[in-house]
Amino acid sequence: MAAVHGDAHGHGHDDHHPSGIMRWVTTTNHKDIGTMYLWFSFAMFLVGGTLAMGIRAELYQPGIQILEPELFNQFTTLHGLIMVFGAIMPAFVGFANWQVPLMIGAPDMAFARMNNWSFWLLPVAATLLVGSFFVPGGAAAGGWTFYPPLSTQGGLGVDLMIFAVHILGASSIMGSINIITTILNMRAPGMTLMKMPMFVWTWLITAYLLVLVMPVLAGVVTMLLTDRHFGTSFFNAAGGGDPVMFQHIFWFFGHPEVYIMILPSFGIVSEVIPTFSRKPLFGYSSMVYATASIAILSCVVWAHHMFTAGMPTVGQLFFMYATMLIAVPTGVKVFNWTATMWRGSMTFETPMLFAIGFIFLFVIGGFSGVICAIVPIDIQVQDTYYVIAHFHYVLVSGSLFALFAGAYYWIPKWTGRMYNETLGKWHFWLSMFFFNMTFFVQHFLGLAGMPRRIPDYNLQFADFNMISSLGAFGFGLTQLLFLYIMINCIRSGEKAPQLPWDGATTLEWTHLPTPAPYHSFENPPIVK
Amino acid sequence: MSQESGHYYVPAPSAYPIIGSTALLCMTSGAALTFNKIEIGYGLLAIGFAILIYMLFGWFGTVARESESGKFNQQVDLSFRWGMSWFIFTEVMFFCAFFGALFYMRNLSIPWLAEESSVLGNSFWSSYDGTWPTAGPGVHEQFTPMGAWGLPAFNTMLLLLSGVTCTLEHHALKENRRDGLKKWLLATIFLGALFIGCQAYEYIHAYNDLNLKMTTGAYGSTFFMLTGFHGFHVTVGAIMLTVIYFRSLAGHFTPEHHFGFEGVAWYWHFVDVVWLGLFIFVYLM
Amino acid sequence: MRSKLVATLAGVLALAMYSSMAVGSKYNLPEPQSIIARETYDMHIWVMWICLVIFIGVFGVMFYSVLKHRKSLGYKAANFHHSTTVEIIWTVIPCIILVVMAFPATKTVIAMKDTSSPDMTIKATGYQWMWGYDYLQGEGEGISFFSKLSTPRAQVQNKEPKGENYLLEVDNRVVVPVGKKVRIILTANDVLHAWWVPALGIKQDAIPGFIRDTWFTADAPGIYRGQCAELCGKDHGFMPIVVEVMEADEYTKWVAAQLSASAVKTSMHVENK
Ligand code: HEA
Ligand code: HEA
Ligand code: CUA
Ligand SMILES: [Cu+2]
Repeated sequence: MAAVHGDAHGHGHDDHHPSGIMRWVTTTNHKDIGTMYLWFSFAMFLVGGTLAMGIRAELYQPGIQILEPELFNQFTTLHGLIMVFGAIMPAFVGFANWQVPLMIGAPDMAFARMNNWSFWLLPVAATLLVGSFFVPGGAAAGGWTFYPPLSTQGGLGVDLMIFAVHILGASSIMGSINIITTILNMRAPGMTLMKMPMFVWTWLITAYLLVLVMPVLAGVVTMLLTDRHFGTSFFNAAGGGDPVMFQHIFWFFGHPEVYIMILPSFGIVSEVIPTFSRKPLFGYSSMVYATASIAILSCVVWAHHMFTAGMPTVGQLFFMYATMLIAVPTGVKVFNWTATMWRGSMTFETPMLFAIGFIFLFVIGGFSGVICAIVPIDIQVQDTYYVIAHFHYVLVSGSLFALFAGAYYWIPKWTGRMYNETLGKWHFWLSMFFFNMTFFVQHFLGLAGMPRRIPDYNLQFADFNMISSLGAFGFGLTQLLFLYIMINCIRSGEKAPQLPWDGATTLEWTHLPTPAPYHSFENPPIVK
Repeated sequence: MSQESGHYYVPAPSAYPIIGSTALLCMTSGAALTFNKIEIGYGLLAIGFAILIYMLFGWFGTVARESESGKFNQQVDLSFRWGMSWFIFTEVMFFCAFFGALFYMRNLSIPWLAEESSVLGNSFWSSYDGTWPTAGPGVHEQFTPMGAWGLPAFNTMLLLLSGVTCTLEHHALKENRRDGLKKWLLATIFLGALFIGCQAYEYIHAYNDLNLKMTTGAYGSTFFMLTGFHGFHVTVGAIMLTVIYFRSLAGHFTPEHHFGFEGVAWYWHFVDVVWLGLFIFVYLM
Repeated sequence: MRSKLVATLAGVLALAMYSSMAVGSKYNLPEPQSIIARETYDMHIWVMWICLVIFIGVFGVMFYSVLKHRKSLGYKAANFHHSTTVEIIWTVIPCIILVVMAFPATKTVIAMKDTSSPDMTIKATGYQWMWGYDYLQGEGEGISFFSKLSTPRAQVQNKEPKGENYLLEVDNRVVVPVGKKVRIILTANDVLHAWWVPALGIKQDAIPGFIRDTWFTADAPGIYRGQCAELCGKDHGFMPIVVEVMEADEYTKWVAAQLSASAVKTSMHVENK
């Protein structure tokens, strides 16, 4: 297993590759494309984060200071859209591009040219989204969920957003078809499904969710578009339609979407925890089943976002029970991670810190999720800062922290250099501190009755909002530290040893040199 | 399974994706501007469309050349099969959204709206009974729904027949009867084109004679959305068949190796099946 | 060292969670003023306790492991990676816990959906950006008015000091009698809005073209404030809801005053024509 086959011989591939910028524009190499995905998503994270800073600055004190209400709503809407579709999802696809071929012993992605297109659609969508701030009437302001009839009212910005969503959907669909095909068809000999690393499994299941729900999102925004411009009545009661129907179709996409953003993080964490515990992942097969159960259940719980929209009693109860049930497979994952750590021989490098931080904070977010799932309580907290706190716990300290863990974990493999461990630890502890400062108090705000999506609030909410804003500024600045660490690592990091983490056992560590060569596994490894 | 993955074909760098992205940028911003009555929109839309056509020709041309020069081994072929299957699955889900809307309106929102006339203090929809087909409680134009047994039934027959010819041409290919292949392909394309023609005629009829429009509330919205997107898919399918036809004239495809052909055939059958759903739920019920 | 930090953090979080249960503080739901609100309040506390116990259990084990099973202490890794028994146990126990949570919730859901036989019915209509109220049935039938934010714009723009009920005050309050079952019928005129009064435990979206309903019975006289809870455009943050609950006799007086005032208004209206 320990033998390292480098692919020193550059065969097959014609070497007159374009250079300079055209290399990146035309590339079909999964590593190049992965890198572009990762940089793009980080850039979008900065854009989305800057919008969040705007929101937090306005909410720093009661009264309207810097953002007029319309602009505030545009900030909130675009913050949500850019973070979800521009930052978190592409970042995971970036990881899939880099890691899936390496972890299953494939030479590249199954459809390398289409892979390039899935990436290069993203800048188009980003242009439409960011550009919409500068058109007459401004950007969409109906929330990232763009419920009609409010979103039927907006102007050009809403249409640009609709098209951006179409394009993002196309990109995700192409990306996920590529991932499914790669995983099903390009595994090295001996790499049976039940031998695949957890990260690959979670992405396979995520990709299935994507092909299931992205087209539905495309459908619903198309109906919104025709309602806006061609006089159809899908979401208009006068014509027999129903605004609530939009919510049903949207959340049929939207709820699986949130698991699309968390399952790959589960995968990353399931790689990191065993490595740094120097012990195999506990309950591998139950992890696979749990992931699949989460995915399946996630398709039948969507209406928990609509408890206040009014539903028949049986509907409320069904969606409450189904939603609560998701705690069971998710719990299995948490318990398995704990059991993996139990009696391991742990060290706490930055990836491990972020992974443990992930579990700790994600569980808090999961608990607040279960609390939201209980209908009477949800009636109280729906559309308040409690929900904002819930989903930032699962998205920021969930998805984002796992992404950080993965980035620190694999950067030696990608660049052949080590990041600065001391700074990495600072990044973790500062993030941990400021994150909780920002979002923990939002639970209290929500319980006490502060609605979300408002630019101004009653004085009773002033002190917590101030704490939250200060925390947010700290958290934002801390992320610049991450940027610095990564650039520093790429440009002048110490040379990484062949196996920087002695507990790592997956193919990319055992069968490839560090850094991974531009073309890897052109001859598939044999997996025993 | 992966014996040959050492030779898995990874294409050389290509500019087509970025050209496609440029096309979509022009088309989407152009469409958005057009919808908001800003003049330059049309121009952008047209430019984008032209670039898209260029990209499609170039890209698919390249793939066809790669295929014919034997670059795709068994494993690559299997990849195409997985890819096409899941692509068709996403198309199915796309239609599910519209079918879902249809079922929701017919079975939930319209009955609710009708019930509401009896709720205390209700100031709207006072005498609405909610029987399908309906344009909804607030749209007071009269219209005639599209009957199932005229043109739509004929269209059903056309598509079913085209499914048969499509299978015949596949058999011909597998048995290496090139003439049969071309003949049946042409027949399929002809049936598809005829279908599109009938559909266009049906739309004109709906607008001119039945007063059935996109703006005709629930019925009009779902009718035109579903049949419209289906018609669009038939058009795309027919274009793909045409491409396949010219490729078989050029001698492409062998009895063993013809996924380009098969993918299109799958697509055509998918379009067929969607139509059956449409015929039942939009026209018949 | 670091693990101590982690443990302290866990302690702080647990404390924060605990303090959030202190009744009537600003860390929790507002003081409940109706049966449903009270049941919800208690349910929330109960669920929080369960979550806290699980939390301490899981992270107790994890942080024990983090503290003891580390390489720097020379701990050698074990090699177990599977146990069906354990997997079954930790699948079944959460299921049981969930049933325990779902049981009271189900009872409350059924109660909160029961809007039958109200003592009075009020229709609330959401507008961009104010509420319209029509008393449809019961004492006060026929009263109808709009209710708008009454906080001066100057306070919002920081040109004047902000009052105690900043953004939570309206020109016309919804007035209801204490101890009576009030059914609220909801609809909207333009976009979605939501009618939310936390102390009374109700929140319901108002949907244009459709009708939704909900109910409450206020326990005690007082003024209860809430806000629109569904994004409805620019002034979504500026369309509060204020419910004033009165003793029965006071309420009767209020109704009389309203009805005669509106009679005067209508007659003036007629004369002007
Ligand atoms: C990564 C994203 C992510 C994840 C993973 C989750 C996970 C969960 N979410 Fe969350 N959610 C969002 C993102 C996410 N959510 C977003 C973005 C919104 C708002 C959208 C908007 O309106 O803008 C939202 C909103 C939201 C709502 C609607 C709130 C409202 O608007 O009123 C609800 C209600 O049920 C909910 C529930 C849940 C539940 C039950 C889980 C569960 O999956 C959690 C399961 C995990 C655990 C429970 C912890 C671990 C388990 C154990 C240790 C076992 C033992 C536990 C028990 C027995 C309880 N979420
Ligand atoms: C998917 C992921 C995601 C992520 C990562 C984040 C990250 C953050 N979010 Fe996000 N948020 C959402 C998804 C996400 N959010 C969604 C879906 C909504 C709902 C939208 C809706 O209601 O429609 C929402 C809504 C939302 C609100 C409620 C807005 C409202 O209701 O009006 C708030 C308020 O505090 C908030 C804050 C933050 C903060 C402070 C961060 C921070 O973590 C961001 C930190 C990052 C940076 C700051 C960037 C890096 C630094 C710089 C660029 C340098 C400049 C720095 C300074 C000036 C200090 N978010
Ligand atoms: Cu009305 Cu928000
Ligand atoms: Cu959800």
